[in-house]
Amino acid sequence: MPTAAKIETKDLHLWYRTFHALKGIHLAIPSRGITAIIGPSGCGKSTLLRTFNRMNDLIPGARVGGDVLLDGASIYRDALSLTQLRKRVGMVFQRPNPFPLSVYENVAYGPKIHGMNDLHGRVRRSLEQTGLWSELGDRWHVSALSLPPEQQQRLCISRLLAVEPEVLLMDEPCSALDPIATARIEELMIALKSTYTIVIVTHNMQQAARVSDYAAYMLLGELVEFAETDKVFTQPADSRTEEYISGRFG
Amino acid sequence: MTHRARWAATSFTSLTALACLIIVAVVAIILGNIAIHGVDRLGLDFLTRSPEHGVTQGGIFPAIFGTVALVILMTIAVIPLGVATAVYMHEYAAKDSPLVWLVRLAIQNLAGVPAIVFGLFGVGFFIQFVGHGIDNILYGGELHYGKPAILWASLTMALLTLPTVVVATEEALRAVPQSYREVAYSLGATRWQMIRKVVLPQAVSGILTGGILAVSRGAGEVAPILFTGAAYLLPHLPTRLSDQFMELGYHVYVLATQSPDVEATKPILYSTVLVLLVLTFALNFTAVMIRSRIRRRLREGR
Ligand SMILES: Nc1ncnc2c1ncn2[C@@H]1O[C@H](COP(=O)(O)OP(=O)(O)OP(=O)(O)O)[C@@H](O)[C@H]1O
Ligand SMILES: [Mg+2]
Repeated sequence: MPTAAKIETKDLHLWYRTFHALKGIHLAIPSRGITAIIGPSGCGKSTLLRTFNRMNDLIPGARVGGDVLLDGASIYRDALSLTQLRKRVGMVFQRPNPFPLSVYENVAYGPKIHGMNDLHGRVRRSLEQTGLWSELGDRWHVSALSLPPEQQQRLCISRLLAVEPEVLLMDEPCSALDPIATARIEELMIALKSTYTIVIVTHNMQQAARVSDYAAYMLLGELVEFAETDKVFTQPADSRTEEYISGRFG
Repeated sequence: MTHRARWAATSFTSLTALACLIIVAVVAIILGNIAIHGVDRLGLDFLTRSPEHGVTQGGIFPAIFGTVALVILMTIAVIPLGVATAVYMHEYAAKDSPLVWLVRLAIQNLAGVPAIVFGLFGVGFFIQFVGHGIDNILYGGELHYGKPAILWASLTMALLTLPTVVVATEEALRAVPQSYREVAYSLGATRWQMIRKVVLPQAVSGILTGGILAVSRGAGEVAPILFTGAAYLLPHLPTRLSDQFMELGYHVYVLATQSPDVEATKPILYSTVLVLLVLTFALNFTAVMIRSRIRRRLREGR
């Protein structure tokens, strides 16, 4: 395993009121590259992902134990600025969810709330990074909702890139898309992985095998296995991982 | 279908059609009657002059002016208060907060209170308590605000329409998808930035609908302003918030019951009612226009 961890969890627990959803997770996600989190439905993948930008704080009754470190510093410390954390650790959701505004306004939203300079250039660069700039041409001012789902999802990624994050959390970003659209998003992830630390939750084993450098297998709120993707898929250390993967590739 | 079932279906359809027809007919008769009798006197003179010879001659301009001023002041008061209340209840307070429960209960009850009670409350609270308080503190007891005034009438009217605005705003906030809030937070927005830039723009249409309903209601009520600011006869226009004012609804009441010569004022009465109706429609229409403009602006994402 590489040395510098971007995100590290230390005996991380999470309870939804009385339900114990994460049970002592120890995980070190390397800087840059793509880490996939896989596992059966309800095992806590989304929950784990949402502890990395503290989105679980919004859920009444959710309680965290243990710690999460970003670049070695706790993100659950008292003095932490939540808005700064979320600027550094951004999120792409399962369903494309652009605001019902123009393409331009969607991308400009983040930079505006953070008071960042050079709005125009920033929007343009973010759209270029996802390939939307050349595809849309001068159609900046069309409503984001008029785009097809795949372009909407890339727009959501542009909107996120515009605030200059370091980590991109993606929770099943392709599950609402068709195979061709999925391939384009995967290409984009691979293009972005040299600059950003990407953590993706996916149900699609082929996708995990195609795009990820590291894979974590979760079961019932526990981390069963974490290693290079090749290793997890070809010679898993745990029999439960093997069972799941062979079952899924079937 | 059996013969019987078909017959039942046909007769039910005819009954519902008849019911609609009756409603349309009633509305047509009321409006037609007012329009026919009222349109004669209607002219520039009537619309732009003050009442003369008691109220038996002249125009109704002060009442038109007063009504519009009342509705505008009421809107300025009720929208911020109602929107702030709803935003607090829906976006800030915890779902099971006892305070929210209490406020919601109060608002539901407020909606059931007869308008005349608001009028009495306005006298007791705004005029006697707030108004006299201001006079004592700022004017050494000299009478400025401790009497009926357009300010107090507008605020009383704002209280009357508050439940409408609160309920409509909450409804509009509820309709904003949770995912927009999540995205805003995930980009590092504070709660206020999330509300200001995402939730309120999405909800503005529904909020304005509440405003429109409030305007409709406010423009037609007389009871709340009866003791709080409306004047029987004022040849001049109100120029300060502490002035009294004439109002169309109240003027109709005055013409119908207080005139020295009821027969002579009848034509004026019809025309005044016509103006009141048209003005209410016009105020509504303006509000609807404002709403659709804002909607269009938002859709274009500016
Ligand atoms: N807000 C919540 N309140 C209570 N329990 C929750 C809440 N959110 C999730 N859970 C429970 O926590 C467990 C983990 O949920 P989570 O959404 O993290 O699973 P997941 O692995 O992402 O599943 P999926 O693959 O279906 O998305 C599940 O059993 C779920 O029922
Ligand atoms: Mg999930």
